[in-house]
Amino acid sequence: MPGFLLRRLGQAGVTILGVVTLIFFVQRLTGDPTYLLVPETATQADIDALRTALGFDRPLFVQYLDFLAELLRFDLGQSVVQRVPVTTIIASRMPYTLMLAAGALVVACGIGIPIGVLLALYRETLLAKFAAGLVLSAQSMPTFWSGILMILVFSVLLGWLPPSSTGGFSNLIMPSVALGLLSMATFARITRAALLDELSKDYARTARSRGVGTGRMLFRHLARNASIPLITVAALEISNLLAGAVIVETVFAWPGLGQVTVQAILARDFMIVQGVVLLGAFVTVFLNLLSDILYSVVDPRIVLEKAR
Amino acid sequence: MMRAAKTALRWWPLAILALAVLAAVFAPWLAPYDPNQQNLLGRLRPPGTTSRSFHYLLGSDELGRDLLSRAIHGARVSLVVAFASVVLSGTLGTALGMIAAYRRGWIEMIVMRVVDVFLSIPAVLLAIITVAVLGPSLLNVILVLALTRWPRYARVAYGQTLSVVNMPYVKLAALMGAGAWRILLRHILPNIVGAVSVVATLEFGLMILFEAGLSFLGLGVQPPTASWGAMLSTGRNYVSTAWWVATLPGFCLFVLVLAVNLTGDAVRDRLDPRLR
Repeated sequence: MPGFLLRRLGQAGVTILGVVTLIFFVQRLTGDPTYLLVPETATQADIDALRTALGFDRPLFVQYLDFLAELLRFDLGQSVVQRVPVTTIIASRMPYTLMLAAGALVVACGIGIPIGVLLALYRETLLAKFAAGLVLSAQSMPTFWSGILMILVFSVLLGWLPPSSTGGFSNLIMPSVALGLLSMATFARITRAALLDELSKDYARTARSRGVGTGRMLFRHLARNASIPLITVAALEISNLLAGAVIVETVFAWPGLGQVTVQAILARDFMIVQGVVLLGAFVTVFLNLLSDILYSVVDPRIVLEKAR
Repeated sequence: MMRAAKTALRWWPLAILALAVLAAVFAPWLAPYDPNQQNLLGRLRPPGTTSRSFHYLLGSDELGRDLLSRAIHGARVSLVVAFASVVLSGTLGTALGMIAAYRRGWIEMIVMRVVDVFLSIPAVLLAIITVAVLGPSLLNVILVLALTRWPRYARVAYGQTLSVVNMPYVKLAALMGAGAWRILLRHILPNIVGAVSVVATLEFGLMILFEAGLSFLGLGVQPPTASWGAMLSTGRNYVSTAWWVATLPGFCLFVLVLAVNLTGDAVRDRLDPRLR
């Protein structure tokens, strides 16, 4: 177990280094990143001053090492516009995005997993056919459109829910549903596939032939085995939710990381964009690591020593 | 009679796709008006109204432009971006994945590590930061999507190549003196193309949504070019006064992506019965 953990940690470290390197070079695709940070009205003197201040006039390799050193100290730089450390800005917006992502995850799992069960165990029923249509629609629905439609119906026409911003629980409902719908479809599909896979195995057939009822079958026999692919998907989906928040937060004027990213792009405040992208990548790498470790908890047959 | 109806039902996704392609190709002839022609006296008119020489079948936007004409032209952007980015990323990813699996050694290690790195940055965020650096334009959106999506294909092509590379017929071809390129293109590629096209059909729908998402955020095709995502973005501002502005482009997107996904499912069932 420690051997595996160390190796897996090492792998995650290499991936993180790769991510950091990629982000560093993406920002230098056009050559000098100073131009990304200045308004179009800036004079040449302003540009030169900023370039020196931020150290963009130094050799690329020195900049790169410096960038790495700053990251190791959890220093994401300063917002050029707001003159505040990027970590402060991220920390102040993070709770909102976490709240939204949690709400979306509740929607995604709470609707998606039962629908997946329905599609696997009762596939001939009318309800299952309706649910299959729902999954397919959710998968094809752009989040910004479902968001706008919900505002139109529930805020403008019916006046039941507030159209935007924060405040109470009612403000969280529509953004969570809009963000969670796509993941809901994924959870439903994976649950269905995993259950069908388990149902075709010998132990399930034996249990059936012994007369085990559907409920007991599901919870005592299938649930644990079928949850392995779900863990992988959950890890991927959480990072997808964080990325999807960019659009949903814009639709609902939700003051989270997504909104601050879009505002930063428009204000040419690149340090913030870079910080959020790095954070998203770190979270993804971490969640993948976590899901690998969780496998062995759910399924003792997966011995971590031998896993790769 | 029932049978004919059932057949028609099964083929509607393809019919929608065909319709979208027709709209995209013949947009200038099909659209009733110039998509960028403004009519400031006829702003935000509901569907079915007339203002000056315009008859707004599906309503007008905040500059009095005909929404139907803009929606037809918007199909161009969606399809061009999706098609070009899928072809580019598919070719790049498949080639790299195949080479990594065939050559093994350090090439394999580097390519697959880079794939891991790309896959661990949420694709939307990577696309956003890259477009923001390069500047928004049609070409840049295509390039960015191609450059951020190739690892999906690389991973599939890599796995598939590994599973056929040790088949006796591939070894035989090598023994008979076939070069690496000939083996890759003539013996391996035909065997993995099915799995790669399954990825491509899934990606096609996603790329339509990605383009719309980038345009929605103002990082896609620039105004006044009609793009469904950008139309939705302006429509959002008028959702309480003019519901039709956001509804129409969203509906177009939804139906097109639904049709692409359904067609993709059908393709998958044909090509890979195990995934059914």
